[in-house]
This record gives sequence, C-alpha cells and structure tokens, in this order.
Amino acid sequence: MSSPAQHLAASAAESVVQSVDWLAIAPPTIAAVVGLGVLVADLFVGDARKTLLGWVSVAGLAVSLLALLPLLDGDRATFCLTGEPGVCSYTADRFTLVVQFLVLGGALLAALLSMTALKDAKKDLPEGEFWFLLLSSAAGAALLPASRDLATLVVALEVASLPAFALVGIRHGDKRSSEAALKFFLSSVTATAVSLLGISFIYATTGTLYLTEIADRIQNVDGQLHTVTQAGVVLTLIGFAFKTAAVPFHFWVPDTYVGAPLPVAAYLSVVGKAVGFSGLILITVVALPSYADVWGPALAALAALTMTVGNVGALRQRSTRAYSAVRLLAWSSVGQAGYLLVPIAAAAYADNTDDAEKAIGSTVAYALMYAAVNLGAFAVAALVSRTKPLNRVSDYRGLYASSPLSALLLAFFLLCLAGLPPGIIGLFAKVTVFSAAVDAGLGWLAVVMAVNVVIALFYYLQWTALLFRAPEGEPEQHRVPAPLTAALALTGIVGIALSGAPQLILRFAGIGLL
Amino acid sequence: MIDINESVMQFLLAFVVVGPLIGAAAALLPAPPGLKGKSPEQAVLRHGMTVTGAVLIAAIVLALGFDHDQPSKMQASTDISWIPALDVRIHLGIDGISLPLLVLTALLTFLCALYSYFKMPAGPSPKAFVALLLVLESGTLATFAVLDLLLFFLAFEMVLIPMYFLIARWGGEQRTQAAWKFILYTLLGSVVMLLGLLLIGLRAGTFDIVALTTDNHPELTTSVQVIAALSIGVGLAVKTPMWPLHSWLPDAHTAAPTVGSVLLAGVLLKMGTYGFVRILLPITPDGMRTFAPYLAAFAVVGIIYGSLACLALAKQGAKGDLKRLIAYSSVGHMGFVLLGIATMTPTGVNGALFANISHGLITGLLFFLVGALKDRTGTTDLDTLAQQTGAALYGRAPRFGGLLAFAAVASLGLPGLAGFWGEMLALFGAFRPAEDLSRPAFLTFMTIAAFGTLLTAAYLLIVVRRVCMGAAPKDGPPLADVQTYEFAAWTPLVALTVLAGLWPAALLGLSDPAVQQLLAGGNR
Repeated sequence: MSSPAQHLAASAAESVVQSVDWLAIAPPTIAAVVGLGVLVADLFVGDARKTLLGWVSVAGLAVSLLALLPLLDGDRATFCLTGEPGVCSYTADRFTLVVQFLVLGGALLAALLSMTALKDAKKDLPEGEFWFLLLSSAAGAALLPASRDLATLVVALEVASLPAFALVGIRHGDKRSSEAALKFFLSSVTATAVSLLGISFIYATTGTLYLTEIADRIQNVDGQLHTVTQAGVVLTLIGFAFKTAAVPFHFWVPDTYVGAPLPVAAYLSVVGKAVGFSGLILITVVALPSYADVWGPALAALAALTMTVGNVGALRQRSTRAYSAVRLLAWSSVGQAGYLLVPIAAAAYADNTDDAEKAIGSTVAYALMYAAVNLGAFAVAALVSRTKPLNRVSDYRGLYASSPLSALLLAFFLLCLAGLPPGIIGLFAKVTVFSAAVDAGLGWLAVVMAVNVVIALFYYLQWTALLFRAPEGEPEQHRVPAPLTAALALTGIVGIALSGAPQLILRFAGIGLL
Repeated sequence: MIDINESVMQFLLAFVVVGPLIGAAAALLPAPPGLKGKSPEQAVLRHGMTVTGAVLIAAIVLALGFDHDQPSKMQASTDISWIPALDVRIHLGIDGISLPLLVLTALLTFLCALYSYFKMPAGPSPKAFVALLLVLESGTLATFAVLDLLLFFLAFEMVLIPMYFLIARWGGEQRTQAAWKFILYTLLGSVVMLLGLLLIGLRAGTFDIVALTTDNHPELTTSVQVIAALSIGVGLAVKTPMWPLHSWLPDAHTAAPTVGSVLLAGVLLKMGTYGFVRILLPITPDGMRTFAPYLAAFAVVGIIYGSLACLALAKQGAKGDLKRLIAYSSVGHMGFVLLGIATMTPTGVNGALFANISHGLITGLLFFLVGALKDRTGTTDLDTLAQQTGAALYGRAPRFGGLLAFAAVASLGLPGLAGFWGEMLALFGAFRPAEDLSRPAFLTFMTIAAFGTLLTAAYLLIVVRRVCMGAAPKDGPPLADVQTYEFAAWTPLVALTVLAGLWPAALLGLSDPAVQQLLAGGNR
C-alpha cells in the first residue's frame, strides 16, 4: 500500500520539481485567469463602460476554446507521479477535449445571452461579480473532465458549483432568486458531503486517489472491507447523480431555473449537466469498471426514473402559469438527463472496453447535440422574455407573425429535442442512445425510453404548434440585440450543420472515447 | 423502354427525393421578380405546382428509363456513406416494387398541388401549405426510394410533422384532436419500429436493405427475427392501418383538408404496407412466418369491421359522414393488402402491391370527389345530403354524379377496373398460402374476406343510391357540375383506374419478378 504522500517522499530524492505542461492545462487556466482579471478590472472601469467586461469575458472564453486546438494532435498528461509517469492527475485526452469544448462552448453561449440580460437589468445585477463567477464556474467545469484523481475531481466539482450558487442568487433583493439559491446550495452541499464520505471510504480501502490505480486495486480489496467499498461506490455516485439532476435528486431543478436569471438557467442546464455526467463517467467507467454489476443496474434504473419523471413533469406544466416556459425547459432537461444516463448504464453491460468506450461516446455525442439545441431554445426564450417578462408558454403564441426567423429556429430546436425531422441530429442522437441500449441488451430500458420519446413529443410539439398560431392582438416587433443574434446564429448554424452532417458528432459514438 | 444513361437515372432519382425539399425551402422565400404573379398567394401555389410537376416528369422519365426486362434488379442506385458512425448510407434505388409507388406518389401530389392552385383550402397562408406539401412529398418519395433501414425510418418520420400541420391548420372540425391522435399513434408505432430496426441492424452488422435481403445472416436467429418482426410489424401496422390499431385513421381523414385526405389515403398508408414487403418479408422471413396467421386474422377482421362500420354509417338516420365512411372503407381495403402479404406467396404479395396502387388511385379520387361535394353543398353528412329521397346528383350535376358512381363501383372491385385484381389475387394467395402456413386457417380467412367483398359492394351501392339517385328538387339551389380544373385533376386517376383494370399485366409484370426474388431470399 502506498499513498501519494509516500510516493512523493520516495521520489523526493530524484526530483521534487515537476514540469507542468502549460499547454495542456491552458483551457481551464485561461478561463480562470480572465475571470480574476475581470474581477480586478471591475474596480477600475467606470459604470458607463461595464459592457467592456462582458466582451472581455466572451473573448476569454473564445480564447480558451481556441486553446483546445493545439491539443488535438495527441493525448497529453501532466501532474504525474514522479515515480510512475503513467499515473497523472490531469489528462487531456479526446474525452477531456470534447467535454471541455462542450463546457467552454456552452459557457460562451451563456455569456452571450448574459450580455443582453445584464444590459436589460440596468445595474440590478453586479456585472464584475457576475462575469467573475461565470468564468470561475466554467474553469471548474473545464477542469473536471481532465481530472484523473478523486481529489482534483472534487475540487473541480466544487469550483464549478460554488460560483453557480452565487449566480443563481445574484439578483439582489429578489426573494425568488435568493430562495432558489438557498435551495440549490443546501441540496448540493448535502450531495457533496455524501460523495466526500463515499470517496473517503474508497480511499480507505484502496489507499489511492488516482482513478486508474483505484480500478486496479479495488479488485484486490480485503474481504472484510468489501461492504465499505460498496458503500463508498454508492455514496460517491449519489453525489454525481445530484449534479446531473437525476431523479430522485432533481427536485431543486425547476425552482432553481425559475429563480435564476435566464442565462444562468441556460448555463446550468448545459454546463451543470456536463459536469455531472463527465464526473459520473470518470468514476464509473474509469475508476470502478469492476463494480459494473453495482452501478450498471443502478444507473439503468436511475435513467428510466429520471426520463419518466422529467417528461411527466414537463407534460403537467400548464402553459398559462407564470414562467411556464422556463419550467418546461427545466423539466425537459431532467428528462434529457435520463437519456444521457442510458449509454453510461449500457457501458456497464459491455463485453469489452471498446464497446464501453463507444457507449460513452454516445453519451458525449448526445450531450453535444443537447447543448447546442437547448442553448438555442434558451436564447429564443431570452429574446421573448425581453418583451414578455412572465415568460409563459402561452406568450409564444403567434411568435411566427412577429419574428418569423426566431420562431422557425425555436421550432427547429424543439423538434431536435423531440427527435423528429427536420431535427435530424436530434433523431440520430436518440438513435445512437437507443442502439447503445439495444446493443447492451437493455431492451426494457429502450422500451421505456421509446415511451418517453412519445410523451416528450407531446409537449414539445404543443409548444411548436403554438408558435404558428394566429397571434392574439397586434404582433410586436422586437429588435434583437447583437449578442443574442450571435447566440441564435451560432446555435442555429450548429444545429443545421449537424443535421446535414451528423457524423461530425456521432463519430464519437463510432470510435469511442476515453 | 427508352435507354437512359445510368448516371442520369441516378440523378433523376436523387432529384425526385431532394427536389421537393429544395422547393419547400424556396416556397418560404419571397418570389423572385418576374415570378410574382397576380398575388403572393397565387405565386406560391403556382410554385408548388411547378415543383411537383417537375418531380412528376422526373418520375415518369425514371419509369420510362427503367429497364423493364430486369425489374427485380435495383436500378438507378446511388450508395454514398453519410454517417459512418451509425453505418448509415444514402442508398437509393428502385425496382419493380417501388417504382409504381414512386410514380403514384408523384402523380397524386402533383394533382393535389394542381387542385389547390384553383381551390385553396380555407386556412392560413398558402406559403406554409405549399412548403408542408412539398416536405410531405419528399418524405413519402424517400420512403419508397431508400434502401437503408435507418434512412427508411428517417423518411418514415419525415412525413409526420407536415401531415400534423396540414390537418391541424387547414382541417375541418375537431382538427386539433385528430391531428394529435394521428401523430401520437404513428410516432408510438415508429419508435417501437426503430427498436426492431436497430435490433436487426446491430445483430447483422449492417443496415443496408439490399445486403440484408441477399446475404445470408445466421446472426439473425429465429428468436431475434420474431422480436424484430413483432416490433417493426407493430410500427408498420399502425401506419397501414391494421385493425385494431386503426382508430386514428377515421378521425384524421374526417378532419383533414381534401388534399390531406387524398395524400393520407393515397400515399401515406402505402408506406406501411411497403415496409412489410420491403423489410419484413425478405429480412425476417422466420419472424414473418410466425406472425403471418395472426396478421391474416387481423386483416380479415379489418375487412369485415371496416365494411360493417361503413354499412352502419351509410344507413339512413345514422348521421354518417362520407369522409369517415371512405376512411373506414380504407381499413377494409388495406385489410386485403395485409391478407395478401400474410400469405407469403408471390400471388398474394403481387395482389397486395396491386391493391396498394389501385387503392391509391380510387380512394384518392373518392376523397377528391367528396371534398368537392363538401365545397358545393357545405356538408359531407350523408343524412343532410340525401335527406328523404336522395341527393340526386345524377339529376343536378350529371357528370359529377357519374364520376362519383364510377369511383364507388371501382372501389367495390368491379371486374375491369383497378380495384378488382388486387383483391382477387390476395384471395387467390390465401387459397394456397406458403407451404409452412396452415392452409385450413387461410381457407377460412379467404372465405370471410370474400364475404367482406359482398359487404363492401352493399355499402358502396347504398352510398351511390343515396347520393347520386333520387328526385331532383325543382327549387333547390343549383349545383355546379365538374369544373375544368377538376377534370384536369381527376381524369388521370380515372384513366389509370381503367387502364390498370384492363391491363393488369403492366403492373404485375413489374412487381412479379421482384416479388419472386424477395421471397426467394434475394436470389432466384
């Protein structure tokens, strides 16, 4: 048994100075540094020029996205044990890069949405703090898929979550906002505490925090410690299930989304989910493949429950209730989280690692599709909420008459989420998830998912149909601000391009990741 | 018939599938200068007519260039990789089974566009109407032209959204519920179908229909085939529709606008039966053999059920709706198609394919006529129309009445018209079903189905008596007879009904070799 500390002591004689591969860690680092810079700059920038901070943050996120490019040529790893170069804390492999792309791209789009929201809020929202929090959270989320030891994983998880609580409650004096933040905070902290307990159990039985080492050593755990290990596995999973908003850890979602500023809800729905599922993948597939018989059925049941509860919740939304559009998107995101879990569960039943990696690839491909179209739907919701602050589903009636392009885009995004042509990418992303389930022999889960797809179609299509109904009263023309236009254009182009060439993201399901 | 370069054929087939989609996108854009016409509405309706016309011409040229000596060979085929991750290939091709359906679709859509140009259904902007019609056309044509399981599924799903909006926006009473019922039923069916398609594709390692048909796939064990055939069959049976999964159909037909009903009955239902022939018969023969007796039983129940429902609707005082009546008659007619397929013999399957086409022609015509009748009298309610003595169309609008009687008689399967051969061959097939199917059972089914033809004749004659005959009221409002554009839209259907009735060999010669090959496992 050797702990990292022992390793360190043993190798101290050789070298205590590690060389850090700055290029590999550039994406999260840039986001974090720009976030700090914006916080400091906020002190020196006059009120009139606060929008500058927004553009700087967007640029920072764009640069950290570009920093992914030089990493494409091969796997890199850094912060390795000096004695064992194969055991590292930070790895920039294909999986990492794809999830980092998803997270940073999602954060970039959320930032574009936020620029308009901050401008419209007219100083109700503190700009400097907002950008700092958003960028730090994005940095944490980008660090998470790269981390390959449990300590880094938890730190990344917390760096991603803590600023998110503050973002949810950032509207000073708004009771709903603070209540949502408190609810989010309390339930999230409980989940973190639970998973920390689980991690400590796993550390106690294996004596290591490195994921690959855990995978090796957990197979030779002393028989007496077997129960502790199993408890550790379950407790750790619960923490990450919470982040993906899997049922029964989903109850915070609707209230949090409604209470948060709309761009923050958009951010949580995509980046928050990405954090949860990438953590879940690392823990299950990388660290605990030998416990597949424990987490496989558990995740399958969780997936079935999550999609059913989420879709039924969305179905029950009355379209005239205040904020029903955001509520519906919140519930539907719970349902979508269920689909995301299906391939991870299927990975447990794979005969070989190759199939497991392909299943993970399906989850990532689905998440990429979901991120693009869900952010697009939120962008249209942000646009509508400028003139109709209550953001009810019924407010979307006749959107086609007032702004045809955004109505067509929203219809396209909703049909992508539903998985019906013309949303071809949504259809094929669902097909990959279905095929992962069928391939793994999880026929019952595939059938549950099929029923859910039909339930989900009902509310997505109801909303879509509403867009084209005759409007009540005169259609209002709204001018679309530049950042919103950019967000809409980006998501629209990505969605349509992917529908024409689904291979762009589905190849992850074909070649496998990790 | 005429020799056309293979690459031209490939282009034509691709154009037939993609052309309407491009046309749909163009329909949403403002008309270019020089093509503005009298009004934007007129311009976009004319655009729809032009595009569907071009597609029809391309389909006819395809039919002419088709090598009629080798109808069992896939012709004009294109095979491009699209999504390697899922092994989805853009594989297009036509043989003797799909070619007639392709031409029928192109023809009916063009006639619908022509009809709407003169008689726009009441509802919101024609722009969206034309765009949806074209997307619908593309989806149906793609269903008949693609040779990849996942692409087939994509095409199958593609028609849902346009049809939903056609019913929900341009339909009659109760259209919202009817549109919901339509889309939820068919979607539930098609996701179940997707699971079956995935099962086949993942087990066999390919989604290519031609490869699955011709090659031997020992991975597809009997149990896999049974599960796959069940789930795919359910999806296709909802679309066909097979009793007892038919209940979306009468509502959808009643609520849909005329053009919607014509396409729904004429083309969309065929997607289901085509799937049975193209996918289930050759790829999962063992699964199909297991379910064939049940399929035949449900088909026969459908025949009797449809006819009895029609009889009840046609009765005096039943407040029967003519559109609903024709919808139920479709359930019966599609029952014959399913019976033919269930026999798993060349005779039965040929009959099924023939009945497909003839049902498309005749029921399309019937829906056109009933739609026009509704425009003239404002109702399709039989009792309101006929009142005490009968609507007396013979007296008030002789040509119109004559056409209606012609369509009804063709629908009941009068020898010499298209409706006769398909049902006849389906019954013949049931007389001597495939070897490992129970002959006594099929003989029973045949007897019951034959009785169904009598019931069909009964209700259609009652309809003719109540709508066409009777004493013309002296002071009643005048009834316009058939207009020129209506002649233009209906004549092709009448002509083809007669032609197919008198010269069935034209169609059977195309389908028979292809069917023989399919049933023999791709190689004869």
